[in-house]
Amino acid sequence: MRRLKAFGHFWYDFVVGDDWRIAAVVAVALAITWGLSRSTPHTWWVMPLAVAIVLPVSVWQVVRKQR
Amino acid sequence: MNAGALFFAVFLACAVEAVEATTIVLAVGTTREWRSTARGVFAGLIVLAAVVAALGPALSALPLQSLRLVVGGLLLIFGLQWLRKAVLRASGYKALHDEAEIFQEQVAAAQTAPREHRAGVGDWYAFTLAFKGVLLEGLEVAFIALTFGSNQHDIPLAAIAAAAAVVVVTAVGFAIRAPLARVPENGMKFVVGVMLCAFGTFWGAEGAGAAWPGSDAALLVLVPAIALYALAMVAMLRQLRQRREQRTVEPVREAVPS
Repeated sequence: MRRLKAFGHFWYDFVVGDDWRIAAVVAVALAITWGLSRSTPHTWWVMPLAVAIVLPVSVWQVVRKQR
Repeated sequence: MNAGALFFAVFLACAVEAVEATTIVLAVGTTREWRSTARGVFAGLIVLAAVVAALGPALSALPLQSLRLVVGGLLLIFGLQWLRKAVLRASGYKALHDEAEIFQEQVAAAQTAPREHRAGVGDWYAFTLAFKGVLLEGLEVAFIALTFGSNQHDIPLAAIAAAAAVVVVTAVGFAIRAPLARVPENGMKFVVGVMLCAFGTFWGAEGAGAAWPGSDAALLVLVPAIALYALAMVAMLRQLRQRREQRTVEPVREAVPS
């Protein structure tokens, strides 16, 4: 059980990393793109918008802690 | 994305990871014992080869759209994590990645760790540290090479670029027998973070069914746009930091009588 936990923890660390918000926003943005793309293919803007939002938010979390 | 761009992207990303693995192996090998360290490296490479042998065909078997959705999403998560750290380092909110300092830390830890004979290995500490270093950094190398290669239908070229990066970095590291402190690792990580973000955004959106204006040419806009956005963040954070430092210095000056 301990090894299984360690294995799961390793992959969580490897894929999700320090800030889970990044993975969550990317997953939500992909889901929104997929959902909107069912009616129109012009949904390319969703992913760049997600990047533009989540990067400063994630950086700001670290900066705020140091204030 | 042409063959040159694929080679460059994979080479640069893998070189950064190879520098980190080389630092660990050199620190352990020079302070402990080369034989156990080499066994650890070899064992790490075998596990890595098994992972690549299992993952490679699985990725190639996926339909292109599903592959781009999964791989794009993962690359974007990786890229955003890299870029986030690069922005924090460049603006002074996180210590710069210093291979010389990491080497010294590894050496100090290796000098104090007790020597233990286990499973036919003379120095278990040297073995496990080398094994972990190669496996963890190697997994990232394998992931980047496989994802870029499978998306561009050219896994062999991506594998050559990854292998070339590892060979060049390892050869230089062992030639000078010192950490590769002169490699502009922080700058390289910034560039790789931008590239991973751009390709992850592009492939992820395509995989989810979006059509990019200008098709592949959209990458020519995405890469510089993300780079400029990250650089603007660095500039703003530096200003914020300077202002904060001035604010903390001024009350001290006022408190000191002239």
